[in-house]
Amino acid sequence: MSGATKGAELRLVTPGEAIGASSGVRAGTGTLIVGDNIIATKVGWVNNKNGVTSVDPIHSAYMPRSGDLVIGVIESVRNNLWFADVNGPFNGLLPMSLAPWKVEFGAARQQMDIGDIMLARVQEVDEAHNIVLTMKGVGLRRLKEGIMSEISMNHISRLRGDGDSTLRQLKEVSDCRIIVAENGRVWVDGDSDGISFMRTVLELVRNDGHMATFNASLEALIEERRNA
Amino acid sequence: MGGYGDVQLLRDDGLRLDGRKVDEMREVKVEAGVLPAADGSAWVKHGLNVAVCAVYGPMEAHPRKIQRQDRAVIDVRYNMAPFSTSDRIRPGFNRRSREISKVTAEALESVVLVERYPRSKIRVEIEILAAEAGTRCVGITAAAVALADAGIPMRDLIVGVASGKIEDTVVLDLDKAEDNYGQADLPMGILPTTGEIAFLQMDGDLSVEEYNTCMEYNMKAAKEIHELMVDALKRRYVEKNGGEA
Repeated sequence: MSGATKGAELRLVTPGEAIGASSGVRAGTGTLIVGDNIIATKVGWVNNKNGVTSVDPIHSAYMPRSGDLVIGVIESVRNNLWFADVNGPFNGLLPMSLAPWKVEFGAARQQMDIGDIMLARVQEVDEAHNIVLTMKGVGLRRLKEGIMSEISMNHISRLRGDGDSTLRQLKEVSDCRIIVAENGRVWVDGDSDGISFMRTVLELVRNDGHMATFNASLEALIEERRNA
Repeated sequence: MGGYGDVQLLRDDGLRLDGRKVDEMREVKVEAGVLPAADGSAWVKHGLNVAVCAVYGPMEAHPRKIQRQDRAVIDVRYNMAPFSTSDRIRPGFNRRSREISKVTAEALESVVLVERYPRSKIRVEIEILAAEAGTRCVGITAAAVALADAGIPMRDLIVGVASGKIEDTVVLDLDKAEDNYGQADLPMGILPTTGEIAFLQMDGDLSVEEYNTCMEYNMKAAKEIHELMVDALKRRYVEKNGGEA
């Protein structure tokens, strides 16, 4: 459930269900025009905004877009490039030219090996879904410490809150460094107590992220932590 | 007229052996999201048939020779559990499961927007836990719910239904005895919103009139099952959402 549907009447649709007439509106993501109707192609909430009818899917796979901040796990290493699992349908490719280090040909493993975790940005995605990553940018690096966890793509906005307000609160009360990447991966680093608190929060997001009571439960957790 | 003439499949009062009318379906139950490890999953009980389906992906298609540059491939594995029938089935792929996997994949490819995911693969695993005739239809229904649950874009849900002929009478949704000793069987994969047919097989002979009656029965049943599928998908999230929707 996105913020866009708040206050409006929520309507849950399933694939093939007619949302409304196609005249006068544009078909957005999660929809298709069939004849005179706009139909849903995914299970999700109908969102009418600025003359565009779309469906906010409840569950969806991560589809990388150029500029996304992602946390990747190295899956294979070649002489001058790395392949990283970015939680999408295809592995991302990090060429030596877009890595922050200057290494000899054939020595790529000395910087990052299979299983290592990195923070990168999606440089480019072509129509055949080839993903090129870059580690040239502020803060992009190999993540050597902390923990990595995964949440559903559709819960990212709930963890971040409006204008990252929830995330700021969590950083403050847990005293941890937290990165919520666009691919549904979350990195947390701090002392063991803070990490343990964040594990509880992420478990809550995973289990109750869809619930109307989620925000109240999260606030209760934060309050409890503040008072401890 | 084929079949086994000495087996009585219709009672003297015109009802079938299990007490159903000729155009009555077995009881159907659908649940979505039953397997936490899968991207999408479904459980369907249709009469005594029980099918569980898990969907994974879209993911990179391996081996590379199966990749299509302009669309995703749907890799279906239909399998009957060794304990699903009264005689134990030898585990693993056989000629029948290979055929059903192929026709199911082709049926699903016509509803899934495969062009959205070039070079990818969507894995659909259908496991039949209990079998009582019509498992390919139950598998298709389960696969459609699981695909929708996984967030794979689709034009419509697809519903598997069958009707056939016993004792020269067209009946909807054959059970085991009717399937084994009947004269014809017509399983279909129907897109309930548009009434399109994405999958059709026919075993036995039907006249044009009988075929048309089968079509009518199947269309009616598909709409009923479709409502249950939609309800299962919505129920899952409305419950999760604390009844907010």
